[in-house]
Amino acid sequence: MVSSGGGTVPPGLPGLDPRFSHVLRVPDGGGAATHGRVAEWHYLDNGPELAARGIEPVGTVLAVHGNPTWSYLWRDLLNLATETAVAEAAATGERPGGVPDAWRVVAVDQLEMGLSARSGGVRSLPERVAGLGAFTDALGLNGPVVTLGHDWGGVVSLGWAVDHPDLLAGVALLNTAVHQPADVPIPAALRLALAPPVHRLGTSTTRAFLETTLALAHPRLPSAVADAYRLPYRTAGDRAGIEGFVADIPATAEHPSRPELDRIAAGVAALKVPALLLWGPRDPIFSDRYLDDLIERLPHARVHRFEGAGHLIAEDVDYAGPVLDWLGSGASGADAFTGPGGPSTSGLTSAPEAPDPASGPAVSPSGSAFRPMWAGLDERAGDDATRSEAAVLDMSGSGPATVSWGALDRQVRRIAAGLHLIGVRRGDRVSLLVQPGPTLTALVYACLRIGAVVVVADAGLGIRGLTRAQRGAWPQYLVGRTTALAAARAFGWPGVRISADPLDPVRRRALGVDHELVDVARAGEGLDLPPEPGPDDEAAVLFTSGSTGPAKGVVYTHARLSALRDVLAAHFGVGAETGLVTGFAPFALLGPALGTRSVTPDMDVSAPRTLTAGAVAAAVRASDARMVFLSPAAILHVVDTAGELDAADRDALERVETFLSTGAPISAEMLTAVQALMPHAAAHTPYGMTECMLVTDITLEGIRAAATAPDDGVCVGRPIVDDAAGGVTISALDADGAATGAPSSAEVPGVLGEVLVRAPHLKERYDRLWLTDVAAERDTPPGHWHRTGDVGHLDAEGRLWIEGRLSHVLTTADGPLAPVGPEQSIERAPGVRRAAVVGVGPAGVQQAVAVVEPPADAGRRDRRAGLAPQELDAAVRASSSVALAAVLVVPQMPTDVRHNSKIDRARLARWADGVLAGGRVSAP
Amino acid sequence: MTVLVTGASGLLGGAVARLLVERGEQVRTLQRSLSGVPGAEDVAGSVTDPAVVARAVDGADAVVHLAAKVSLAGDPAEFERVNVRGTEVLLDAAERAGVRRFVQVSSPSVAHAGASLVGVGAEPADPARARGEYARTKAASEVLALSRDRGPAGRASLPGPHQGAGAAQGRSQPGDDGGTPAGDDDFRVVAVRPHIVWGPGDTQLVERVIDRAARGRLPLLGHGAALIDTTYLDNAAAGIVAALDRLGDRPDAVRGRAYVLTNGEPRTVADLLTGICRAGGVEPPRWRVPAGLARTAGGLVEAVWRVRPGADEPPMTRFLAEQLSTAHWFDQRAVRAELGWRPAVSIDEGMRRLAAHYGGTAG
Repeated sequence: MVSSGGGTVPPGLPGLDPRFSHVLRVPDGGGAATHGRVAEWHYLDNGPELAARGIEPVGTVLAVHGNPTWSYLWRDLLNLATETAVAEAAATGERPGGVPDAWRVVAVDQLEMGLSARSGGVRSLPERVAGLGAFTDALGLNGPVVTLGHDWGGVVSLGWAVDHPDLLAGVALLNTAVHQPADVPIPAALRLALAPPVHRLGTSTTRAFLETTLALAHPRLPSAVADAYRLPYRTAGDRAGIEGFVADIPATAEHPSRPELDRIAAGVAALKVPALLLWGPRDPIFSDRYLDDLIERLPHARVHRFEGAGHLIAEDVDYAGPVLDWLGSGASGADAFTGPGGPSTSGLTSAPEAPDPASGPAVSPSGSAFRPMWAGLDERAGDDATRSEAAVLDMSGSGPATVSWGALDRQVRRIAAGLHLIGVRRGDRVSLLVQPGPTLTALVYACLRIGAVVVVADAGLGIRGLTRAQRGAWPQYLVGRTTALAAARAFGWPGVRISADPLDPVRRRALGVDHELVDVARAGEGLDLPPEPGPDDEAAVLFTSGSTGPAKGVVYTHARLSALRDVLAAHFGVGAETGLVTGFAPFALLGPALGTRSVTPDMDVSAPRTLTAGAVAAAVRASDARMVFLSPAAILHVVDTAGELDAADRDALERVETFLSTGAPISAEMLTAVQALMPHAAAHTPYGMTECMLVTDITLEGIRAAATAPDDGVCVGRPIVDDAAGGVTISALDADGAATGAPSSAEVPGVLGEVLVRAPHLKERYDRLWLTDVAAERDTPPGHWHRTGDVGHLDAEGRLWIEGRLSHVLTTADGPLAPVGPEQSIERAPGVRRAAVVGVGPAGVQQAVAVVEPPADAGRRDRRAGLAPQELDAAVRASSSVALAAVLVVPQMPTDVRHNSKIDRARLARWADGVLAGGRVSAP
Repeated sequence: MTVLVTGASGLLGGAVARLLVERGEQVRTLQRSLSGVPGAEDVAGSVTDPAVVARAVDGADAVVHLAAKVSLAGDPAEFERVNVRGTEVLLDAAERAGVRRFVQVSSPSVAHAGASLVGVGAEPADPARARGEYARTKAASEVLALSRDRGPAGRASLPGPHQGAGAAQGRSQPGDDGGTPAGDDDFRVVAVRPHIVWGPGDTQLVERVIDRAARGRLPLLGHGAALIDTTYLDNAAAGIVAALDRLGDRPDAVRGRAYVLTNGEPRTVADLLTGICRAGGVEPPRWRVPAGLARTAGGLVEAVWRVRPGADEPPMTRFLAEQLSTAHWFDQRAVRAELGWRPAVSIDEGMRRLAAHYGGTAG
């Protein structure tokens, strides 16, 4: 059969410059039918464009599309790489050894695909890999080369990578897979496509496979773009390659291409070059399972999951920018692409940075050496004087059940060894879906001890949020009670399922449970424990509340978790005799680490409003605890139920010395009310976030003192960690409301800016959100600082005032304006229950607009969405601390689903913009 | 300095003339009747009459040109004659008389094609897209005026056919131009577009609103929620004088440019109408007309009024309906920085002064 086809792209395809289109004739080493012939490869290449401008690139990206797309997939990268190279060359001038950030991009059309030749033959995976090598040889491609692949093109690109260690400088992948576990069925969508009659009809004869793939884009592809994808596949003959490619998927162990796939999979695991994985989770073919497999093979990879993106991730999101940013990060040393012989072959990405006392906390804040989380438990259990004292008390059920230090230690060791026995290894993730109490405590410390990474997502995320979190973190194991196991089964949460409760065989089968915790612990009895993890090993992935976008996983190392323990102990004076009552989940687990007894009051932790004053008092009485942690939502109900306390309850509460409200802001009134129940306790309310749980702290007295200050915002007190170990700084805002990164310290009080924090107990990073990591540290001072996204200022006394979120800052002609201060002033006006100040108009000249929600008992007319009635308008203006262009009313503030308390200001701003432009007035 | 102010019998023209008299300038005014500005030398006549205009500019160092036909409807030829031809006559005469500075008072409507303007700057005037005869002819006259801006020899921007005759040489007093030496061939033009000027004595907006509201004939268009920039009278006058001064001391920063001038405090239409009504001691509007209907009706009314010239002003035009139901407010950063001017009277203070004048209540 004679090779046909092979041509340059026609003009007019959206986003594709025909000048990038080239054809190369290469001796065909493909299938037997074509051997000895010449194959015509079509490929896109910006190399000649760069050469024409005298730009020598630092390296080449070799991009391989999947099935049934073609090199058109990579047009954005070609464009951006070329623009960047030209801009960079203009900025730096010509340089020997290449212009930094100038990358050549070569994107091939695989043979039988795109505009490359059709031979009529079927090409197997080894032939495709070898063919790509023949192509790059013929092109004369020299290093360094970074491969980039999507879909089954990912496998081919990795095959090339494994075969060209001398040229390889990095690998980048969009949704792909290199391994199909024997016990996991291939994705249903592909299984169907592979069924023989469906296969031919679906892939070649009809265009179903092509059309289905194009339909996977979120949002839909513009029709001109979809047409460009269809261009090389217009006739059944054109589509034969699609069919051949699908047929070559090594779905079973017996498939002829399987050995090659296994060879590549093993080779990838040995790669030490920088790696980038960009992933669209909404992919019916390459699910997060395959991402997890790739991470296991390339543990040093930079990983970003684009929530909401799918299989056609290259169409769904801007992937080209991140790819070039990643390539560019080589210049700054984060990832090095120097090619063979350079640092890239020596395991570079986890290369230790210069020692930094705050960012690399191998020492605790007090300067002592790293103490693992279980050290406190070991000490108390190892000391005969304390061995039989209470470590954890369980208030659920009829009465307090006490677990001694000795019993807890024994249970931790049994579970740890048992988990190891069933295959849990250091770095494996274990999702814990168990309520706080002795079982959860033992599980957490068992996992920590063997280096398993604890995954904790609050049930308050709801099923959708939890599903997203479980898929995102992709734990290898999941421990849960029956409800959690049922959800795991119903929603396809990953992980070998371990039941925290004994189950009968029927239920066990129905829930897909592999192990029962009681068996695991029994099996671990008396076994030796594996070596301890080190301070820099991952310890936990904690999920954010999800109130500011989809919940994000936050990774803590052992060192950082231990630092949290130490800063808590040091700041609040927690000692062995303190005793903790914790109605706030994260701190419930720190008791054993602190070496003090802990108790969770009888409540549903995922529903804080179930906590009563009586339950708190009972927990305090049972444990004789001196310290109580509660969330603001719980406090509300505790205060409401204070009437049920008896004399003994009140006596017990009088012995409480420290009270903490944690998790969200609380009003002075509410703090005062709860302090009335614990009259001898110092009431604290720390400010923090999942990324750094203790940033500043303020007492009730401090709040009262701040009330007389003229500052805008909510005073959250002084930094808990002093400047030597980290601290808090303000990154001043520019006229456009962007944080400049130029830090402003307490010496320049009053400057509005983004709050930056640095602390030994700060998160290590976000989980599988590399771009979010980069954004969280962009424009920060040297060291491991974190951009909180909150804005505020430091006052002359060093107190931090929070004035809102960075994304809510208005940019007026007079400069940036944070909303919280004006909102506080407006909420003092009669007839206003809640207020939000939003900006309308373009950035830089925005006008402040007050949107107010009247009290629930206001009349219907006064609650109608639109302009405020005259009286209310006048009252709001009189009360407001800033000039207002308009006062609008909404019957009810739009709020986030999670808390039903945080006002959705972005939505309000869009609504106000429309109304005040003269548009229709409907509810926001 | 001798300054000719045209249209000084109008609200804004009078305010500008008074401000200049107060600070000691020689002020000459040109309008069809008397200006009523104490201390000013009145020249009566039309800006379209070359002989009158030549007399008015004789000996003047600067011109502030406000005279225009301002109306919602009327004979297109009359708009053309007064606004375009009148400006041309004045420009010709001013250049011949050796006038150095020319402030063309214009209107933001010269760049308004009907859609909402939200936080925008001063777009170029565009007669082809402006809505209505007033806006179209004001756009044409602004384009004409700015095209006459011409630097001293060596950096002439637009030579043009109307070279200055140098007749005024030697008449301008030393120091008039803030130390910037002016060559013979230096004609500095700036356009200032105050947006919706109001204040006590304003017959165009304030008294019309009060009058209609008193007769129960003032509806709100749509929800009255469109944000609109306005300019309190004293601020507009001060801004125009600032532009005149900048042509003297920092000509290169401002010449040849157009500036929209407002209080920088956009308010909703409903707020403004309510404020004016209360200041005037009448009930604010209570009934609404859908904005789309008003626009359609405005178009009809306009057409009817066009075939019965000489009649009273139409109660509604398409232009007015658009003005009152779409947002238009402006980016004031450049104008404040470059003119070195900030509004001294806030909207609230302006309403108080309005109330004091009309005997109503403010706020």
